Amino acid sequence: MRRIVLPFVALVAALSITAFAGASGKDGNLAVVAYSTPKTVYGKIIQAWQQTADGKGVSFTQSYGASTDQARAVAAGLKADLVFLSTGDDLNVLVDAGLVDKNWDKQSYHGIEADTVVVFAVRNGNPKHIKGWADLVKPGVQVITPNPFSSGSAKWNILAADGAQRRLGKTDKQAQAFVKQLFQHVVSQDTSGRNATNTFLSGKGDVLLTYESEALTSRAAGTDIQYVIPRQTMLIELPIAVIKSSPNKDLANKFIRFTKGTVAQDLFGQYGWRPVNPAVAKKYASKYPARPGIFRIDDKIFGGWRTVDKKWFGPNGIMAGIERSIGGPTSG
Amino acid sequence: MTAYLTLIVILPLAAVVAASGEDGWAGFWAAVSNPEAVAALKLSVLIAILAALVNAVLGTITAWVLVRDRFPGRSIVNSVIDLPFALPTIVAGLVLLALYSPSSPIGVHLAFTRWAIFMALLFVTLPFVVRTVQPVLLELDMEMEQAARSLGASEFTVFRRVVLPNIMPGILSGIALAFARAVGEIGSVVLISGNNPFHTEVASVYVLNQVHSGNRSAAAAVAVVLLLISFVILLLVGGIRRLATRHEYA
Amino acid sequence: MRRLALRTIALGYLAIVLLGPLAMIFFKTFEHGFGAFWDAVTAHESIVAFKTTLLITAIAVPLNTIFGIVCGLAIVRRRFPGKGIVNAFIDLPLAVSPVVVGVSLFILYGRGGWFYGVFENHGIQILFALPAMVIATMFVSLPFVAREVIPTLREVGEEQEQAAHTLGASGWQTFWRITLPSIRWAVIYGVVLTTARCLGEYGAVAIVHGYKTTATLQVQDYYENFNQTGAYAVSLMLAVVAVIVLISMILIRPREVEAA
Repeated sequence: MRRIVLPFVALVAALSITAFAGASGKDGNLAVVAYSTPKTVYGKIIQAWQQTADGKGVSFTQSYGASTDQARAVAAGLKADLVFLSTGDDLNVLVDAGLVDKNWDKQSYHGIEADTVVVFAVRNGNPKHIKGWADLVKPGVQVITPNPFSSGSAKWNILAADGAQRRLGKTDKQAQAFVKQLFQHVVSQDTSGRNATNTFLSGKGDVLLTYESEALTSRAAGTDIQYVIPRQTMLIELPIAVIKSSPNKDLANKFIRFTKGTVAQDLFGQYGWRPVNPAVAKKYASKYPARPGIFRIDDKIFGGWRTVDKKWFGPNGIMAGIERSIGGPTSG
Repeated sequence: MTAYLTLIVILPLAAVVAASGEDGWAGFWAAVSNPEAVAALKLSVLIAILAALVNAVLGTITAWVLVRDRFPGRSIVNSVIDLPFALPTIVAGLVLLALYSPSSPIGVHLAFTRWAIFMALLFVTLPFVVRTVQPVLLELDMEMEQAARSLGASEFTVFRRVVLPNIMPGILSGIALAFARAVGEIGSVVLISGNNPFHTEVASVYVLNQVHSGNRSAAAAVAVVLLLISFVILLLVGGIRRLATRHEYA
Repeated sequence: MRRLALRTIALGYLAIVLLGPLAMIFFKTFEHGFGAFWDAVTAHESIVAFKTTLLITAIAVPLNTIFGIVCGLAIVRRRFPGKGIVNAFIDLPLAVSPVVVGVSLFILYGRGGWFYGVFENHGIQILFALPAMVIATMFVSLPFVAREVIPTLREVGEEQEQAAHTLGASGWQTFWRITLPSIRWAVIYGVVLTTARCLGEYGAVAIVHGYKTTATLQVQDYYENFNQTGAYAVSLMLAVVAVIVLISMILIRPREVEAA
């Protein structure tokens, strides 16, 4: 009998120790779940906040990964206080799971913390002379973009491709045909935007569709990457929201307010993101070229994330069909 | 003791089997016949078999050299063989990436191809056949070989007719164990393969992606397939062992 | 002549497949000098990762050792219903992909899972936290001590223990004074293998970890964040441990064989 009970008790005791062996700062801990690329800038913003009265003594736990996967992880039980994801679509996953308030986009700046745009990252010297969307479907051009069923970046890339065609006067059907043609040139679909960057950096592909912020981040890390902002591109709006069930809601909201304030917005600007705060944005105007034809998710051609999700990324959506036709992934 | 075993091993495995059947037979079948799943399983099985077979040949040679040959540093070589058991798989994967990526120092560019997966599995399965053949070779009585030689048999015939039948059970169980190990491998493959669905995505990565997508029952279904493969292998190895030792009482 | 040919093939093969990677780790780690390596290895993230790995190992190894010894004794010395099944299940973690146990933990302890409610109501997090990582590591490292102890116990036989019994020793005394010393080297060898497995675990913890990283996960994290130096630095530490494990195995194995 002792042989059974003793080890079992020891086991339970050990697991209990681990269950409660959580790290917590003097004045609390905030758990941040974010998409795959903002680790560096967020590290700086967190440090800056910890210098303020509100943030003093607060410790952070952070998780970075593919945006849609991260949203699902939080829905599956990953405890978080706030989420910084790359699409409103992923945030809606959490709204539907009852974890984020459905009015998250009624907060300041429509719930957006920072912006960026879709760019083409190319090899040094741009040997294949890639300037616009039409260059992506020239013969022999190999494109890298992530898996749209796990990555937020992938969704932005697809919508940008579609929107660019619409901007050029193509019909809905013609634009979708272009996206299909584009995917026939795709040679790799990684789980996340960051993984796609690393694949590109390892030598695969001629062009990487990614965030402008990611191109700048990897350049800052010393990689040999160049990027082109196509004339028709999409404004990537990166949302932030508090988790409804978080025990640290007040603290989380204080932090979110800080991220939309001048200091944090300036850090975003420094590290590659386009600030949403207009005054700070003006300061970085030369670093982040404007694109007059830039389109947004709320434009009529898209109709917002709910519409787009059903049309493009649902189980019977356009991307499922395209992926099936090229032998690509139909899930993330 | 059984409580411990239940909690740590039996319960998790039961949970996976149960979850795979959550949507009934139809759901299970849909999950495992999903084209991407089939491609991943096929890839894992194919490359695992290939790696196991290559290591069977080279492992037997290595075992032979270690047992029958004498050279300086033999004991060091003997212990280096266990490196794949001791080195974390992610580390192996990282250095394989360094060796075979487009910026490779030796000019070999295999990264993001199926060959990269093969190299990774080759590393991971290297010790198995060596370690199953070595003890058999050590026990082997050289008299029969010497008798055959004195009767005029060539070295090759001696090996083929005298030695091989005796070490074959060892080789086979080594292949089986190597295959079981390789078919479920993830750490050494995840960085170097590119994880491209239908091209370089192995079964374990597919399962991981399904879990991250929230498709628990689909992940469980493919995991059950992997489990079944392991089970069959274990039974096979047990059978081979019994067949081999039956000889001893014959 | 043939001898030389075989020797060349074998050693050449081992050099390419084993030594190449091992050398590469050293080369890549110190590519930017010792200072860069040291900074990477002593960075806060690295230290936390090492600590997590050590904590998990410190829990899994003793528990699996106790289990291995108890289980070995039960299987070799006792009769009980289901002995064959227990024997089979001990070997299973070796043949099973680590992702399988990762999936199982989602099913058992994730939201909507079998035991989610039970733990959630007491504020205990299993999945995406340390407990799940510990359970996963315990699963994959479970067989080693048992598999070393069982054949040794069989070889050693029961005579000494029976003699102790007839002389009046209690069960505990017999175990502590007779049985345990007879399997000492098997246990030590098993502990070395278990520890190596725990330190190197990746696949299962990769699925279930939340915010915490182990050393192996940290390697991947650094790599993904363009920090090659960091990735190789942590890899080197793990490789050094691997080499220590190999050396221990050489030293202990003959003693284990002798004792049996």
